[in-house]
Amino acid sequence: MTSIPLSHVLVLALALFTIGAVGVMTRRNLLVVLMSIELMLNGANVAFLGFARWHGDSLAHAAVFIVMAVAAAEVSVGLALAMALFRHGRTVDVDRSTRLKG
Amino acid sequence: MSGELLAFYVLAGAAVAGALCVVLPPFGRNPLHAALALLATLAFVAGVFVILSAHLVAVLQVLVYVGAVMVLFTFVVLLLNLRREEFIGARVTPWKVGAVAAAAVFAVKTARAVVAAATGARAADLAAPGLETYGGIRDVGRELVTTYLFPFELTSILLLVAILGAVLIARRREGGAP
Repeated sequence: MTSIPLSHVLVLALALFTIGAVGVMTRRNLLVVLMSIELMLNGANVAFLGFARWHGDSLAHAAVFIVMAVAAAEVSVGLALAMALFRHGRTVDVDRSTRLKG
Repeated sequence: MSGELLAFYVLAGAAVAGALCVVLPPFGRNPLHAALALLATLAFVAGVFVILSAHLVAVLQVLVYVGAVMVLFTFVVLLLNLRREEFIGARVTPWKVGAVAAAAVFAVKTARAVVAAATGARAADLAAPGLETYGGIRDVGRELVTTYLFPFELTSILLLVAILGAVLIARRREGGAP
């Protein structure tokens, strides 16, 4: 049984990360920006697990576990901020939320 | 082509297609559609994790992301009841230039990988994991409570702080201005 080339796993990781980065940079809806950040974290996780399998060592799985916990914390606080922002200005458009701009 | 490789390509292609649906305007304009596309993407990525023999992480991906995180996203999207994001076309901002640069980096890297595969440079195959327990609860759990004990305990504090922060930030103030 031929196995998967490592480079293909890394291309998948790079694709997910790039799509997420493009989303963070171009989208203006705060919720979609948060979703794009999730995509970037998932790309990093795919790379972690690809290398873990390559080395035959499951140490990285624990790192992925911690990344997931961080992502969950980030989403809960980020969505709470989105709610607060919406209550404040009736918008979650990151380009129109310029109150803190100097 | 083995079944494992074929399944990997199908799942990876579906994940990338779903990710594009999250980000690109025609489908992702409506935040609820973007959330559903993200749900599909994360489920496909969980499938990729299974192919990579990361069984525990795949289960956690479904429980944490596809379950909890997506429910949170969907609830907030429905709660805010947003209008469709109006699209201001032809706005060239530094961020868009950066996005194009990121896409270009991805294109170059992918092209290099494809050329390397086409010219017969042998790509490093993923080794089949030797142990039956690889990626299972026993292996990963042991790493978590030995090597990663301190980060693991910090995670619990992080989650506690996140819960408190989320409740405090999202709380509606009584009386007075919000």
